[in-house]
Amino acid sequence: MASNALPPQPIPSSHPLAPAPFVVRSQTAETPDTHTLVLSPSDGHAVPPALPGQFNMLYVFGVGEAAISLSGDPSDATAVVHTVRNAGPITAAIAQSPPGQTVGIRGPYGRGWPIDQAKGRDVVLVAGGLGLPPLRPVLYGLLAHRERYGRIEVIYGARTPKDLVYYGQIQQWRLRPDIRFQVTVDAADRSWYGDVGLVTARIPDTRFEPGNSVAFLCGPEIMMKYAARDLEARGIPQSSIWLSMERNMKCAVAVCGHCQFGPAFVCRDGPVFRYDVVRDWLATREL
Amino acid sequence: MSALPRGAPAHEVPLRVEEHPFFERLDPLLTREAARLAWERQFDTGAMIVRDGDPAEWFYLIFQGKVALEIASAEKPHLTIQTVGPGEVLGWSWLVAPHFWRFDARALKPTRVLAIEGAKFRAVLAAHPEKGYQFLMRLLPIIAQRLENTQIQLLDIHGL
Repeated sequence: MASNALPPQPIPSSHPLAPAPFVVRSQTAETPDTHTLVLSPSDGHAVPPALPGQFNMLYVFGVGEAAISLSGDPSDATAVVHTVRNAGPITAAIAQSPPGQTVGIRGPYGRGWPIDQAKGRDVVLVAGGLGLPPLRPVLYGLLAHRERYGRIEVIYGARTPKDLVYYGQIQQWRLRPDIRFQVTVDAADRSWYGDVGLVTARIPDTRFEPGNSVAFLCGPEIMMKYAARDLEARGIPQSSIWLSMERNMKCAVAVCGHCQFGPAFVCRDGPVFRYDVVRDWLATREL
Repeated sequence: MSALPRGAPAHEVPLRVEEHPFFERLDPLLTREAARLAWERQFDTGAMIVRDGDPAEWFYLIFQGKVALEIASAEKPHLTIQTVGPGEVLGWSWLVAPHFWRFDARALKPTRVLAIEGAKFRAVLAAHPEKGYQFLMRLLPIIAQRLENTQIQLLDIHGL
């Protein structure tokens, strides 16, 4: 039977869903299942400007597409950096992309961290597991203009010492006198001389002026829920606490509805939300 | 009297019970009695402070250093589940019958503590029930917080 269907048409490159080709410049293993990719546009153009906290859709041709947070220095216009954990077939294909491989990227998407609100205030960053990569661009930004901010306190937790990402860079940050970078793990063997316990256990020891601080949280949702509660108990108002939410994003342009979170779409209205906006949603089961 | 606590006697500026955050704003009688029953001890890196299964005879107030709480299994002979540091207390097995430690505690760095004689301090709490209640209400939030932390750890949130 003859078909009246039009033949498939290529998506114009200006279409919001059309990925642009990027080439993997380097791939670094952070942990056995987590890799950091540095990618540059294959046409030599500049990288689209992005804000800390935004994400890209990374597409391995023939395999699939996944939303991955930007984790590099936002002032670097030559490359984008993504840290990807192998959590399934698509992220495995992305994480294991070798140097020279072409990957499709569209973005950046979403609302990032409100760094402007941190000016003149103490800043508390709380990261759990793979929550550090989305917060690393914030730290780059804060340190690039260190004089604009008060105390900078970072608490980073992971499951075990072997699950810590950016280990070498963390050692350098911990040597800096102008920030305090606490690292803790959930469990460890005797080769680890650092802290063991949840990130929330480090909050009482964190120094900030409660009425003049902002907190940015990223990690497992339950960790953020407890950390936000404890920071609020230490005096930071809900309106000064920000969380990066994670949901299954597909279109990234608020059309498909996969990432709906309460009345919001995480891809468009987030992924960074103010705590007082999402607090009740966090308490809603299976939302 | 209990045997002397583990660790070396201190030779530095003496530690004072009333300067430990746990005793902040607690009834002066409790602070005074704790001070009367306290022995100062210091531990080198790697030294064992308590051992799983040993009688829990001492209530430790940590002033300096860092202590790893370890549990053991056949697969993981030394699994650190928590670290505690300055301003924190080490365990409550001395308070709860049958008064045996349920974990190992090992100094991760040079550590200074005050060790309070558990049996005698329990007697102080029993002799002054209102003050004993005040003491328990100071300890209970710490126990509750650690229980909550353990529950979250059991979720293995980073592995989700």
